Amino acid sequence: MTVVDESGTSEVLRRDDALLRVDQVQKYFPITGGGVLKRKVGDVKAVESISFDIVPGETLGIVGESGCGKSTAGRTVTKLLDPTGGTIEFEGRDITHLSRKEMVPLRREMQMIFQDPYSSLNPRHTVGAIISAPFKVQGVKPARGVQAEVQDLMARVGLNPEHFNRYPNEFSGGQRQRIGIARAIALRPKLIVCDEPVSALDVSIQAQVVNLLEDLQDEFRLAYIFIAHDLSVVRHISDRIAVMYLGRIMETAASEKIYSSPRHPYTHALTSAVPLPDPRTERARERILLEGDLPSPIDPPSGCVFRTRCPKAQQRCADEVPLLRELAPGHFGACHFPEEKHLLTA
Amino acid sequence: MSLASDHAVETPSGTSVEQTEIAGRSLTQIAWTRLRRDKVAMTSLGLVLLVIFLAAAAPVVTRIVGVHPTDFYPKTVSDAGGLPIGKWGGISLDHPLGVEPSTGYDIFARLLYGSRISLLIAFSGTLITLVLGVTVGIIAGYSRGFLDTTLGRLMDIILAFPLLLILLALSAPLAQRLEALGLSPDASRVAFIILVLSFFGWPYLARIVRGQVLSLREREFVESAVSMGAGTSRILFREILPNLWAPILVYATLLLPTYIAAEASLSFLGVGLLPPTPSWGAMLAESVRYFTVLPSFLFIPGMYLFIVVLCFNLLGDAVRDALDPRAGRS
Repeated sequence: MTVVDESGTSEVLRRDDALLRVDQVQKYFPITGGGVLKRKVGDVKAVESISFDIVPGETLGIVGESGCGKSTAGRTVTKLLDPTGGTIEFEGRDITHLSRKEMVPLRREMQMIFQDPYSSLNPRHTVGAIISAPFKVQGVKPARGVQAEVQDLMARVGLNPEHFNRYPNEFSGGQRQRIGIARAIALRPKLIVCDEPVSALDVSIQAQVVNLLEDLQDEFRLAYIFIAHDLSVVRHISDRIAVMYLGRIMETAASEKIYSSPRHPYTHALTSAVPLPDPRTERARERILLEGDLPSPIDPPSGCVFRTRCPKAQQRCADEVPLLRELAPGHFGACHFPEEKHLLTA
Repeated sequence: MSLASDHAVETPSGTSVEQTEIAGRSLTQIAWTRLRRDKVAMTSLGLVLLVIFLAAAAPVVTRIVGVHPTDFYPKTVSDAGGLPIGKWGGISLDHPLGVEPSTGYDIFARLLYGSRISLLIAFSGTLITLVLGVTVGIIAGYSRGFLDTTLGRLMDIILAFPLLLILLALSAPLAQRLEALGLSPDASRVAFIILVLSFFGWPYLARIVRGQVLSLREREFVESAVSMGAGTSRILFREILPNLWAPILVYATLLLPTYIAAEASLSFLGVGLLPPTPSWGAMLAESVRYFTVLPSFLFIPGMYLFIVVLCFNLLGDAVRDALDPRAGRS
């Protein structure tokens, strides 16, 4: 169902059975001047009014280049960072303004898998201590005891359960990421935010970890927010994809639609940058090269934030902010001059 | 790709034979193995343990040798001038390190008893410094903001005090206050030195810890603890503190010799213990008067102090190298 969002401007997808609903969420980081009085001199507009929802068992991929605010978005919607605007609902309950203490029971339902498997595991704790931490923190006592549960989890993610006494420094990157996954699924959450879970891994290991995540999703009906900059990984795992640029969602649609018929020039440029396996088609295809760098999120361009790098930019793009609107059923884009359908033939 | 094959790829053929050979090693165990290979460190550690043992067992050791720290041995010094009879300050079988001039105190016994006081002050001073410094450092580093700024200024103020002047100026009145609380004169002076040294010593450690916490709190395992719903105390003491043991241990091993030397300096300046209680600093102060006629009296306690401090320092350096081999020697 498509509705106009709360601010009455953008169109978004609305599903009644949504697990997580994010409406116009905004995250600004204040910049304070030097000196004793810490005067506020500006904001880093990391996330600028993003809206989406996610239903149980679904995977929402969030893609975008470095610094586009995708990690901040993932942390804000799970309240690891406090949003500076908008509303977040989890299972129909408004959690936007809950304190850290009030969030504690909800933390059982939403977990996180981190990008860096080296920094996300405490080097001074054994694997057993790391995976059992959620049980201890949340005061959950499994019927068969924590250790049996931990060893089951280790076996489930493909680790040797006898290694529970070892330290993270004795494992490879891929194995460490499996430890992180075991920790995330320990309490059977409903939603897991995966913040670039495979970008630090070798390509051969990436596929294994992605497959593991998919198997676990089927088994426990997990919903994932899968943040990545690698389009082919996201395409493989996601049901829907949101493309972010400078803190805003530029386009969101079903995974295949994003690739087969991107409507936003930015998405088009991104998909055209994915290498093709066949060298002949690779050579023949048209590539859109973006020039310049990401503008500063402290002082974003007027109108459409992408206009400074957009090959189709016109005067209207500088004057008027393009709002997300439904371009095709279930396909939303924020562009004044969206690409025509079936333009890309890859 | 099936899950079973993943397992085979990533787990290095986990046979039972291999598991018994490769036991899990924590970072602490790895550092200990590295330390054990360092010959200088192990020699220093041996000497340090010997000094601690001699101090702890001083009453027994001196009884075996047959001397006592506060007994006069008038027959060992000459009637005229009071210099020890015999070579090297009266070294003999009865008095293995000689005797003090004029009083005839046994130097060996007084060195051992003096080391009890030195080590007591050094260890308790270090302990209090660690507790204060680590607590304040963790709180300042984790809270950031207003609390961090306030604590930072407090540390600046404490560091701005001229430590030596305060020690000299306050020793008499503060020791009297402590005596009024029911402590013996010696105990109150020991307590005074411990309190002053640790009170002025903790800000240095707090700054180191604060810096470490500032970087640790941004690591993802802290964020992961937050995302599980862990409270602040769990994050501070279960997640962050175990990662601070390396700098804390290094700082402690380097602080101990500093405090030993500080106690000797204070006693030398007359702030320390009262005679006839034996103390290294007091012995050195006494020996300076006799230096021209009796150099061995300065040499023996001075050498002992020097070796103890050197061993602690070498050990501290080795501990640092073992915990962080990349830092290198500096």
